[in-house]
Amino acid sequence: MGAQVKEQDMAPLLQVNALTKMYGPRIGCKDVSFDLYPGEVMGIVGESGSGKSTLLNAMAGHHAPDRGEVVFDTRADGPVDTLKMSEPERRMLGRTDWAFVHQHARDGLRMSVSAGGNIGERLMAVGGRHYGEIREQAADWLGRVEISDTRIDDRPSAFSGGMQQRLQIARNLVTGPRLVFMDEPTGGLDVSVQARLLDLLRSLVREMGLSAIIVTHDLAVVRLLADRLMVMKDGHVVESGLTDQVLDDPQHAYTQLLVSSVLQV
Amino acid sequence: MIELENVSKSFTLHNQGSAVIPVMERVNLRVNAGECVGLVGASGAGKSTLMRLIYGNYLAASGRVMVGDLDVAQAEPRQIIALRRETLGYVSQFLRVVPRVPALDVVAEPLLAVGTPQDQARDKAASLLAELNIPERLWSLSPTTFSGGEQQRVNIARGFAYDYPALLLDEPTASLDAQNRATVLRLIEGAKARGAAIIGIFHDEAARDQVCDSFVDVSAFSPQVAA
Repeated sequence: MGAQVKEQDMAPLLQVNALTKMYGPRIGCKDVSFDLYPGEVMGIVGESGSGKSTLLNAMAGHHAPDRGEVVFDTRADGPVDTLKMSEPERRMLGRTDWAFVHQHARDGLRMSVSAGGNIGERLMAVGGRHYGEIREQAADWLGRVEISDTRIDDRPSAFSGGMQQRLQIARNLVTGPRLVFMDEPTGGLDVSVQARLLDLLRSLVREMGLSAIIVTHDLAVVRLLADRLMVMKDGHVVESGLTDQVLDDPQHAYTQLLVSSVLQV
Repeated sequence: MIELENVSKSFTLHNQGSAVIPVMERVNLRVNAGECVGLVGASGAGKSTLMRLIYGNYLAASGRVMVGDLDVAQAEPRQIIALRRETLGYVSQFLRVVPRVPALDVVAEPLLAVGTPQDQARDKAASLLAELNIPERLWSLSPTTFSGGEQQRVNIARGFAYDYPALLLDEPTASLDAQNRATVLRLIEGAKARGAAIIGIFHDEAARDQVCDSFVDVSAFSPQVAA
């Protein structure tokens, strides 16, 4: 992230237009629109069932929305509606410029493959063939996520929850994606492990200039990681804006309730 | 550099019968480059609220909040983030620290954010920490464990690491000893000399008189009729 680039002049990396997902008569998420610019980190908060995970999965192409557009500024062809892409095209995007960090590391890892293999697999998917180089990069990434390279041949099933989550992050970031979707990345971890993971994510996002969309119910996580915030309730976006402004001066009744419900430590 | 026109602020408490509490009206304020304006007024008059409005932390109900050529009251989040990175610094009363980040990096961060090379940024951070009498053995530790006074000095060092064209200072000299207080006043005068526009809140009257060119009494912006 540099002052070298005037952000006002940049094109959005992702444009979401009127994205709607219904579950029969029930609303998953309705008419969600926003632009995400290169280097921006956006948080999506809301209680369970507010539609935040539905929205994330619809954007990431995990399930098909009923209406709307998810336009991504691809390297080769410029802005393309990813919902109209062919399945192989979208899968390729999912391995290169996009990454998805699941709440449960086991959903994003292959548990029967070694730690090094988990990272290497993504490299091979984009054409990496040289074993020595792949292993070297895998070791480098284990170091970056603070896992000793002596664990490179161990399976993730032998790792703690926090380590598994860091391994999942390494696997996702090794191909240098431009956009990372994260679903409750710190959910279910101890607070001390959470702090370490948040610090790690924060520095990786800055160093790599990543854009990210983070779904969480933890307001402390978004305060630390997100530049801007979207608050969802019953499938609708009720408020959005600069993170500290939304948290310190919430305008919508639901956001005020959400912010005032947090226990002070 | 900083210009507020007809700004008003109210809070609507939706969960308390949608009570609307007007807190400020008809705020007009102008600060030129190289000038320091002191906000005065009783506790609760809205000095910090006004600062938060300028920083974009609070949303103005109406009016224009110009910092440089950006209207903070209307700006997109990314424009405010760019403004905070390149133009507008804010030394609040409390340091919000990220766990595990060493004090030296906390101070160097604003410089790194504008693309200053790492060694240069760290040198500047080190000299500021030394100037503010933070013992060198603490630099590699996270300020989470520091005393209140040390945290405040780290916060000040961070606020002065990068030469912001505009600065908001909320009680920068509160609870400092004479030597550190003198250092902070020197930093403020240095910032003015290089052309920074500064708005400050100082309860310390001697400090206020030393660095401020003019004063604005915030009580004048209180809503006339209580709701």
